[in-house]
Amino acid sequence: MSRWLRSFGAFWYDFVIGDDWRGAAVVAVALALTALLVHALSVNAWWLLPIAVIGALGWSLRRATSGKP
Amino acid sequence: MNSLALFFTVFVACAVEAVEALTIVLAAGLTREWRSTFQGMAAALGVLAVTVAVLGPALTLVPLTWLRLVVGGLLAVFGLQWLRKAILRASGYKGLHDEGAIYTRQVAAARTATGGSRRGVRDWYAFTLSFKGVLLEGLEVVFIAITFGASQQNVGLAAAAAVAAVVVVAAVGIAVRAPLSRVPENTMKFSVGVMLTSFGVFWGAEGAGVSWPGNDAALLALVPATALVGLGYTAVLRRARVAARAEVPAAGRSAA
Repeated sequence: MSRWLRSFGAFWYDFVIGDDWRGAAVVAVALALTALLVHALSVNAWWLLPIAVIGALGWSLRRATSGKP
Repeated sequence: MNSLALFFTVFVACAVEAVEALTIVLAAGLTREWRSTFQGMAAALGVLAVTVAVLGPALTLVPLTWLRLVVGGLLAVFGLQWLRKAILRASGYKGLHDEGAIYTRQVAAARTATGGSRRGVRDWYAFTLSFKGVLLEGLEVVFIAITFGASQQNVGLAAAAAVAAVVVVAAVGIAVRAPLSRVPENTMKFSVGVMLTSFGVFWGAEGAGVSWPGNDAALLALVPATALVGLGYTAVLRRARVAARAEVPAAGRSAA
């Protein structure tokens, strides 16, 4: 049963998160920061998530290609 | 615009996955046996249809703000995955998806596998190969169709787009009777990645409480901007790869 649960969890992790968990972490942190800025400081931070996503993609690509010819 | 984008994204995503599923179904059907292959395919499509029928309406019960926050975040993460892979493939850092080679591998495996009937299915190997292939490729489509459809409050249109794509790919597959290796899969995956990321960012930020400048019209800037960034990254990586490859022989020559 625990092996089945582990492989079920691994399947969904691989399905949604994929090869690089850092991209998912950046999106989650950016969403939390956006909510904080909007609700706590009344800043309409529409620009934060696009910048974070562009940065996360570049970072992930850099990690995937560094040292490869 | 949103309904058109919803239909386009789900249709293209579904077409890409259907092409991949078709390769597996053809390998099972042409080398093993068609009846068991179709049984496996029908069973997988049944599971996928039930998933959409249960999860689709259930998601529409979730308050839209929360739905968009969670679904937007998931779509952005999922879209980044598609975009990342498409960029790595387009720039040469990852091999292109080769349906012809995959088909050859599947056929070789299907020829050597032992058969045998089980639970009323004549060829259990053909059944499971077809079932797994269609189910696994279909799950991504179901995820996209449900999340997109629920956020747009139009699961019906998303399901229609998915069905239309399956019908088109199946019709072409039946006519050609070969894997669709000429389909520009990577370009299609890049387009889907752009749409998923853009809509994910849009809905995620909206769910977090943001008001987009121009409301829905912001998507008209967000989608092309994401595409341009993706193309920009591809060009930079391609140039870096060419430069790195040119340096290696030059270094070899100077060492000699």
